[in-house]
Amino acid sequence: MLEKLLLNHYEAAAVILSGIGLTNLLLQRNLIKKIIGLNIMDTAVYLFLAAKGYVEGRAAPILLEAQGGGWITNPDVYVNPVPAGLVLTGIVVSVSVTAFALALTLKLYEHYGTLNIDEALMKMTEQQEELETKISDAEEDVLA
Amino acid sequence: MNEELRNIWTQFFNWVMGNGPRPENEVIPPEPPPALPFSQKPTDKFSRFHEATLKERYTQWLELHGLHLFSVIYSGLSVLTCIVIVSLLLATVAELPPFGHERNPANNEVIRRYVQHGGRETGAQNIVAGLILDYRAFDTFGESAVLFTAAVSVLMILGASRRNSLKDSQNPHTDPEGRNFSQRGPPVIRHHLLRKDDAILQGVASLSIPVILMMGCVVVINGHLSPGGGFSGGAILSTALILAANAFGFERVHNFFNERTFIVSSSTALMIYALSKGYSFFTGANHLHSIIPKGTIGDILSAGLILPLNICVGLIVAGTLYGFYALFSEGDM
Repeated sequence: MLEKLLLNHYEAAAVILSGIGLTNLLLQRNLIKKIIGLNIMDTAVYLFLAAKGYVEGRAAPILLEAQGGGWITNPDVYVNPVPAGLVLTGIVVSVSVTAFALALTLKLYEHYGTLNIDEALMKMTEQQEELETKISDAEEDVLA
Repeated sequence: MNEELRNIWTQFFNWVMGNGPRPENEVIPPEPPPALPFSQKPTDKFSRFHEATLKERYTQWLELHGLHLFSVIYSGLSVLTCIVIVSLLLATVAELPPFGHERNPANNEVIRRYVQHGGRETGAQNIVAGLILDYRAFDTFGESAVLFTAAVSVLMILGASRRNSLKDSQNPHTDPEGRNFSQRGPPVIRHHLLRKDDAILQGVASLSIPVILMMGCVVVINGHLSPGGGFSGGAILSTALILAANAFGFERVHNFFNERTFIVSSSTALMIYALSKGYSFFTGANHLHSIIPKGTIGDILSAGLILPLNICVGLIVAGTLYGFYALFSEGDM
């Protein structure tokens, strides 16, 4: 199995990178670090796609000039152009998602004063409890 | 003249060695206020001092609610999940066809079709550009729309918070004891230590910004002939804007690129994209004859609509990326 993994070392590296990103996403309690984990997973996907599109010894998919004029359109000369387009889509979506997530994180920091998701949750629960006690006090006052 | 030069040189030499007097026009940042002693730390507000004790409070809270065991189990389970997923995927990767082999199933007849007929059908020398801006142009339109939507959402979220905090500071809600009653903490000050008189940065920026702008334009305009295109060229153009903002201040960039310019240019570019591609859909697809000339492969003015579409995408990307930077660092555009 190790031999086969070495044969596909780019794909294996992509899978390990994706695992690192997923662990980061699950284990980190800091929201910025969670977003970094998500970006590492994105990068792993790009690496995998680019590795799938590569064919050994071939040129980039930009038409080369033939010697007697005209263009070489022999498909055995160029690597696969489709993964390049897919990676482009992936990069754009990842940039958009990252920016949106960071904006929400900034708002959360402004509201709770912390980036740690557990501490923010604790503050949220505390504020909820405080509000509930206030409401019950007011109800008692009204009843009295 | 000679006296002045020598004066400047001694100043510069002392500045480099760090032992002489500072140059007169260098701005010394003001000293931070002395930290409060431990007993006077304000704890009823959101503040930097409070953050240090938040961790302790959180551990107490965990113990109080019996959540300590839960967090331990959660960490263990997540590590276990990741290990299982990675080993499953590695076992799959070991069964994949060999890397870079020409008979891999990914290199099938779709690729042969694109390479053989792509140049003739789209007129683009760069097959990837022909792929994403002609065969799959609607997909790229969706991408640009996603970027634009993300920029507008970030503008909404951060701009709204800034407007709210401005309103709060103008008429703060205070209870009878004079404490600030609003739930929100103080607004995060983002533009810290932004110096607008850095001579070295300004000199380098004024030399390199034209070069960067030209490079970005070349990458955008040659998108159908060489590697690059609207997305990469737009990213290069946005770096020039970001460098200008850092060297000369956001106000200077604000004069020619602000929220209004961004909205107008991006929506115009999106609209031109949608209209031109919709037009080509009616004339070029479904075996109808396209009236847009393809030109000869390898010329700048070739490849039908790819060049104007690249320029549209470049405009959107440049505005969006500069917008992200300005919004996150300054809270405004």
